[in-house]
Amino acid sequence: MADKILKKDKAAEALKELSKFRLFAPAKSDDVVLFRQIEDPAEACLDYANSTVPPKKVVFPQTETLFRFKLGNPELREKNVEEEGTTVIFGLRPCDARAMSIVDNLFSWDYEDPYYLKRRELTTLVGMACVTPPSVNCFCASVGGEPFGTENLDLLLVDMGEEYLVKVLTDKGGKLAETIGSFMENAPEGAAAKAEELAGAAREALSRSIDTSGIEAKLPALWDSPLWKEVSAACLGCGICTYLCPTCHCFDIQDEVEDAEGRRCRMWDSCMFREYTLHASGHNPRPTRKERTRNRISHKYSYFPGKFGVIACVGCGRCVNLCPVNIDILEILGKVVEA
Amino acid sequence: MKNPYIPYLVEILDAWYEAPGDRCIKTFKVTFADPAVWDVWSHRPGQCAMVGIPGVGESMFCVSSSPTEQGYLRFSIMKTGRNTSALHELEAGDRFYVRGPYGNTFPLDEWKGKNIVTIGGGIGQAPLRPVIQYIRDNRDDYGELTVIYGARTSADHCFKQEFEEMNACGDVCCHLSIDVEEEGWPHFVGFVPQLLLEAEPKPDNAIAVTCGPPIMIKFVLQNLEKLGFQPEQVYTTLENRMKCGIGKCGRCNAGPLYVCKDGPVFSYAQLKQVPEAFA
Repeated sequence: MADKILKKDKAAEALKELSKFRLFAPAKSDDVVLFRQIEDPAEACLDYANSTVPPKKVVFPQTETLFRFKLGNPELREKNVEEEGTTVIFGLRPCDARAMSIVDNLFSWDYEDPYYLKRRELTTLVGMACVTPPSVNCFCASVGGEPFGTENLDLLLVDMGEEYLVKVLTDKGGKLAETIGSFMENAPEGAAAKAEELAGAAREALSRSIDTSGIEAKLPALWDSPLWKEVSAACLGCGICTYLCPTCHCFDIQDEVEDAEGRRCRMWDSCMFREYTLHASGHNPRPTRKERTRNRISHKYSYFPGKFGVIACVGCGRCVNLCPVNIDILEILGKVVEA
Repeated sequence: MKNPYIPYLVEILDAWYEAPGDRCIKTFKVTFADPAVWDVWSHRPGQCAMVGIPGVGESMFCVSSSPTEQGYLRFSIMKTGRNTSALHELEAGDRFYVRGPYGNTFPLDEWKGKNIVTIGGGIGQAPLRPVIQYIRDNRDDYGELTVIYGARTSADHCFKQEFEEMNACGDVCCHLSIDVEEEGWPHFVGFVPQLLLEAEPKPDNAIAVTCGPPIMIKFVLQNLEKLGFQPEQVYTTLENRMKCGIGKCGRCNAGPLYVCKDGPVFSYAQLKQVPEAFA
């Protein structure tokens, strides 16, 4: 399908139409922007930098039921994700869409994870290109992404001032575009070229970068390096770097029971927590933040690329922006490069 | 494709204590409540399974029976935490849930024609039991079988009856130990690594497999080297905290290896490359 134009004054109507699906869009909650299920287009906030919390929870909820049971009854009732229905994430940044394709590797290798993969299948991703980098700590171009990246997106919107240029990238995107076709018009000649110019300028505007080329091979050699103690010294072990990371996928599984009804559920976990690796015997193979930090960086930049051929970091900068003690992954990687 | 998070219901055919005390060990012999599961279930020595009770939790244990023992699975479980305490409450006729089998296996096909030495400590004998049983059930395929096993006290020895039977039948060379002298104990007194030196298995055309507490494994590996075993001839299993068992939840990695998927069985040659394996 050819490029379309969605005038900004028609955006609310288009969103209204899309809200017949399970629609997630950026919304303000106090000072924080996050992806929320939207019924009224007025709730959406499209003039935003990036969401504080990535939209990964739409396909990988912070807590989700795997199955339900009644005590004393052997039947296990599997959660039916299909019932959640067609889902649209509107306005996510290219880095967050790319993060999902990275996490897809994990949830589909060997055993397929039915919950995650079903949600991915049900979900259409409508991206919003980064005309200006959302944060001073963005470094997507260093890890295989770009501000106008289209990887894993079904539609890409480009903010052209008074209107959005709408690029249709997949069949799934084409179908979604048809449902809001009446609010759009054909893109005029030259719109694509203007978007190209904006993309070039956005790439230039990224202020931070790192050469990641040798890092995967170098990390195992730095196992005993004093740098891990140094870079983790300030860490509080709060785990926010992992909770806000769009590629972090680790989870815990716990059972909850109230009266005689129960469910087995899974919830986000963090490799920065002590309990994460604690054995029942009391032994802990990663007893301090030094070992946990080393694992976090090694996993993203060495183990994951070794297994799946892609770095498990999209350069969104959230872990740098939100760390309460200013631990900066680019500084850590810089030390790895220099070591 | 079957949802890998949904476990199978099993029924306990028999259950008994192997060892007493605060951290007692109980063996469960179980079969699937739905016999059709036997058509899709197939495990090999070394593989593990998630064992649990909805409402309590799940934990990973090795299947301690060999696939040559048909019609049941065995799990030998030490009482350590919430889930294992709840499992220990169960008796014959009770039910729990199992999903799996997970992980890789001891390469028993590659080991055909070789002499096999197992070195176990305490509950570490549980993953070695299916290896021993498998070899005994395919006795002509393997050379000498030497079983070296120790526990803190004679009461802590697992699979006592089976050891007596092995000693009696003569097709296995058994070496047993306890840590501290006890009246009437006819075998070695001392730690397992010393028992290994005492038994002095020959490295020629041999494979050594060791499972037990980390400190025991550390010294067993050193002593195997002293006896002339090359790292490629030595195998062990790793264990780490696990939640999914299928390479998703993240936590069981030792360096780049997922213990649940790439393990639990590793050669010492492999583990020498991974410093976190011995963390």
